[in-house]
Amino acid sequence: MAEINPVLLKELRQRFRTGKTAWLLALYLLVIGAFVLGFMYLSWRGSPGIFQPDRSRSLFIMLSVTQLVLLGFVVPGLTAGVISGERERQTLNVLLTTRLTPRQIIWSKLVSACAFVVLLVVATLPLYSIVFMYGGIAPAQVLGVFGFYLVTIFLFGCIGVACSSFFKRTGVSTVTTYGLAFALAAGTGFLAVFLHEMNRLQARGGISPETWHPAFLAWVVEFLQDINPVFVLMQILGENGIPTGVNFGLPGWAVYTLVSLAAGVLLLHWSARLLLPGGKRRRITMDV
Amino acid sequence: MIRFNGIYKNFGATRALDNFSLEIGRGLVYGLIGPNGAGKTTAMSILATLLLPEAGTATVNGLDVVEEAEKVRGIIGYMPDFFGVYDGLRATEYLEFFAAAHHIPAHRRPGLVRTLLELVNLPDKADVYVDSLSRGMKQRLALARCLVHDPKVLILDEPASGLDPRARAEMKEIIRHLKHLGKTVLISSHILPELAEICDAVAIMEAGRLVVAGTVAEITAVSRGARQMRVAVLDRAGELAGFLATRPGVSETLADEQEVRFLFDGNQAEQAALLQAMVSGGWPVVEFTEVRRNLEEAFMAVTAEGVEDNGGN
Repeated sequence: MAEINPVLLKELRQRFRTGKTAWLLALYLLVIGAFVLGFMYLSWRGSPGIFQPDRSRSLFIMLSVTQLVLLGFVVPGLTAGVISGERERQTLNVLLTTRLTPRQIIWSKLVSACAFVVLLVVATLPLYSIVFMYGGIAPAQVLGVFGFYLVTIFLFGCIGVACSSFFKRTGVSTVTTYGLAFALAAGTGFLAVFLHEMNRLQARGGISPETWHPAFLAWVVEFLQDINPVFVLMQILGENGIPTGVNFGLPGWAVYTLVSLAAGVLLLHWSARLLLPGGKRRRITMDV
Repeated sequence: MIRFNGIYKNFGATRALDNFSLEIGRGLVYGLIGPNGAGKTTAMSILATLLLPEAGTATVNGLDVVEEAEKVRGIIGYMPDFFGVYDGLRATEYLEFFAAAHHIPAHRRPGLVRTLLELVNLPDKADVYVDSLSRGMKQRLALARCLVHDPKVLILDEPASGLDPRARAEMKEIIRHLKHLGKTVLISSHILPELAEICDAVAIMEAGRLVVAGTVAEITAVSRGARQMRVAVLDRAGELAGFLATRPGVSETLADEQEVRFLFDGNQAEQAALLQAMVSGGWPVVEFTEVRRNLEEAFMAVTAEGVEDNGGN
């Protein structure tokens, strides 16, 4: 039987042994539960006992978006220090002199951090059962949302691990990871809306002469909304995005998945290279 | 067993190793001495496959540390000068983790961990969390960690730094035991008398270069190229000092009431001739011996020469 990667086993052991983990899990559920139950209370207090599928759907959207926002906070926080933390604790050099390859180290660090985040997401399932209780949501939609979360956790996790490998200090790595996650979650969305408005303005003759080719702008807008987690989540939930008329031949969530997985793999590969002796940003605190 | 051959390594504008070459035989405990910034840690890090040299080669048991880094990691145990431990892991779990990281089969690990904890005198700390151990215990546990895969070579960077005298003595004993087990040990330390006690040979480094290498006796003898001699006489020590100052190879004579000390640059035949000359001259010589320098004095002398040389450039 194949043995579990030792770094992964150690990380899981360390993570799940402390009371901090239970507190974090409780806090996460408390925050997301408060949002959802608060929303339910406000929605239903005016017309108790009346079944309204639309409200159930709003609740589902509310729950899903809240979860995405929380993931945007939790995943960078858990991954941005996985390598820089080892460096700061002065345990990285010792780890690198074992038979473990940098790739194994990076991968197991990512998996252990993501495993905990997946636990957080799975722990919110009872909240989703409330949505089911009122109907109006297909199980496929819930599965789609959970698949989307897994891809997003992977992508944000890879960004965190890459920053952690690149930067010497966890503080800098954390700030940069949050910055990149924000740029991805909000920046691409704002840019898509901005470019779409610019395209519309061009079409109406508001910008003269024409600065950008309309078809190119539409392509960029479509791509940006297909890599933007909020837009993709809304697509999965059945909401309409920005109409561009561009078709990549794949649904938005598929483009998002492919781009995220490819970017994540590249980031992991780069992170592993940084750990090799002679890696560009390899740093060792030493008395020469 | 270990060979550095013309290694160069720079950190920005600082040259950490400058054509550094050294050869260390199998089964030796070899000390690496040098002031801060001499390049000891850099040399050890290159050997531990953590740094790449810019030029030159380094091998361990014939394996190139750059080309065959993974194989090298399988035969070395490395203990850095500063290291941390993992929170929330017990001593046994800590060692089992590193055993697994070195691909030791799972069924062998419990017995191996017990043996190692006994070797480093920590069998009663098996279930204690590593971060709660004292510094001396952590150092010993780190040494046990270096041994999980039964390496042929141990690279110990300042293993005794920050330890109290008792912990240092325990560390010395463990290193002696490792020598008996046939390990080749490369060790750096600032506590030179201790190195002199446990090392078969030492190398003195300065500014990234090897200044001198050999057994402690050889190094103390060759430092500054002259030996310090002492002649005890019944009387007329002042006159003897004047006589000795005229003899070839003698310098820096210093007379006391019944004793003369001087530096003598000559071989044993010349030493015997000098004694004969003193006796023939009628001086009542009671004792004629070489004053052995200790390693610390030799280190100071050798590195002072380096400073003078650099100053002269």
